[in-house]
Amino acid sequence: MNGLAYTRYELLRTLRNRRFFVLSLGFPLVLFFLIAGPNRNVHNLDGTGISAPLYFMIGMVSFGTMSGMLSAGARIAAERAVGWNRQLRISPLSTRSYLRAKVLTAYMMALLTILVLYASGASLGVSLSVGRWLQMTVLILIALIPFAVLGIAVGHMLTPDSIGPAVGGGVGLLAFLGGTWFPIPSSGFLHDVAQILPSYWLVQASHVALGGHPWPAKAWIVIAAWTVVLALLAHRAYRHDTGRV
Amino acid sequence: MSARAIEVAGLRKSYGKVHAVRGIDVSIDAGETVALLGPNGAGKSTTIDMILGLSEPDGGTVSVFGGSPTVAVGAGQVGAMLQTGALIRDLSVGELVAMVASLYPASLDVAEALELTGLSEIAGQRTQKLSGGQTQRVRFAVALVSDAKLLVLDEPTVAMDVEGRRAFWTTMRELAARGKTILFATHYLEEADAYADRAVLMAHGTIVADGPPTEIRAMVGTRTIRATLPGADLDALAGLPGVSGADRRGESVVLSCADSDVAIRALLGGYPDARDIEIAAAGLEEAFLQLTAEDVDINGPGDGTVVAGGAAVAGGSAPAGGAEAAFGGGER
Repeated sequence: MNGLAYTRYELLRTLRNRRFFVLSLGFPLVLFFLIAGPNRNVHNLDGTGISAPLYFMIGMVSFGTMSGMLSAGARIAAERAVGWNRQLRISPLSTRSYLRAKVLTAYMMALLTILVLYASGASLGVSLSVGRWLQMTVLILIALIPFAVLGIAVGHMLTPDSIGPAVGGGVGLLAFLGGTWFPIPSSGFLHDVAQILPSYWLVQASHVALGGHPWPAKAWIVIAAWTVVLALLAHRAYRHDTGRV
Repeated sequence: MSARAIEVAGLRKSYGKVHAVRGIDVSIDAGETVALLGPNGAGKSTTIDMILGLSEPDGGTVSVFGGSPTVAVGAGQVGAMLQTGALIRDLSVGELVAMVASLYPASLDVAEALELTGLSEIAGQRTQKLSGGQTQRVRFAVALVSDAKLLVLDEPTVAMDVEGRRAFWTTMRELAARGKTILFATHYLEEADAYADRAVLMAHGTIVADGPPTEIRAMVGTRTIRATLPGADLDALAGLPGVSGADRRGESVVLSCADSDVAIRALLGGYPDARDIEIAAAGLEEAFLQLTAEDVDINGPGDGTVVAGGAAVAGGSAPAGGAEAAFGGGER
């Protein structure tokens, strides 16, 4: 059926929800200026050779997009709570069209977050070649796939009152273990754990802009594996989620 | 002509230890308007959920237009209004209805759906700013914009005011006249009486009666006699000719009568003290209470045929038992 109109209305709804929109974009932005602003003239952060605005810009991009993807799940949980999900189930809207609309709206928010933070970084003197900007952006968007799927899964498994703490805690933990706030040591337990997390590779995607190497094969495997596992989970959660909430 | 819209056979569903639906059989022909009547907890919503494919039966089968509910829903043959449910926010009434319309292969014109539900004037309003009655009307618009052959409505008028209700039923009549099959759940007896061709009565997860609303009324004692008669023996009263049951309400007695003409003569002959006598037709309300207030072991598995006893109205169970014979045993 015509899932495109459904997607269009979902995008429209997201843009119209001013509180959600402003908070989603605003929070990473404020954090960025709070941390990077006072350090704008630090050109060699902790001896890494990277300027503070650049380092915190990419940290905020991974944090902001990650939480953006999971917040899309909170919107799903809210829809379920008012019974709208059941109303959609008794329409001809296919599972595929539904999921596509949800993923696209989540990506729209992620892309806006990225653009706003890039602009903010540039305003504090971050300057990269066009190739770097593009390469980084594409890798970030790919690394976000498992998070988009995770958002849908939790949206169909949790209630609006439980999803807040779950998303807050989950994003914090994944950001911490993924090296958003501080670099992960190059060996040891934390290093080993980080390597199998999608958040680590999300952060590494941005590190391409820092002159680091592009993703190794391992990164692609980790992202693909998480995507498959979480997609199965999301699909299952959606299929089972027909009861009254 | 009389293709089956819904065919339910041996349907069962339990939630833990609660047997919500305990083996029911119903067939609804295309074009029928059927009321699914019953008190809260009778199993109406559970039955509707299974007909819509929202929940899987534990046993038995449901078919909608000859196929599975999922297939019928996927083909856009079903429009429904669920019992609970608000609207998603950040769209206007018109946009929300248009969004739902876009999902159906042959939907109604959006403007027409808004007109039919009296929403044209508030089409531009955001869904989060509506009153309860307006929300209910939008939910109705969402169901009927599908222009589906089958409309399933679970207690559609619950949150509506009197005027909204009247407008709703006017529209429903129009839809029925267009040949739609309509199944609506309600606990308002007048609604079943006024708008349905047929009423299916549910209680405790079983069907206790199935027939035209007028016949349901005829099934129970056709009239009741009420009289002030202190100290009378109920058993003796119940044994009077034409009386099928007797009950005491303070100083008064209430006699359920199979034949009130015979009964009133016998009463006046045997009890000259009787005063303040009223003879009234038993309403559907009374039929309803009588048919649904029988003793059923709620935790038992049940088999779909329940002997209805008339505990609510009188000690005598003859009228309701007769109802069971008339409707419960026949082909549904």
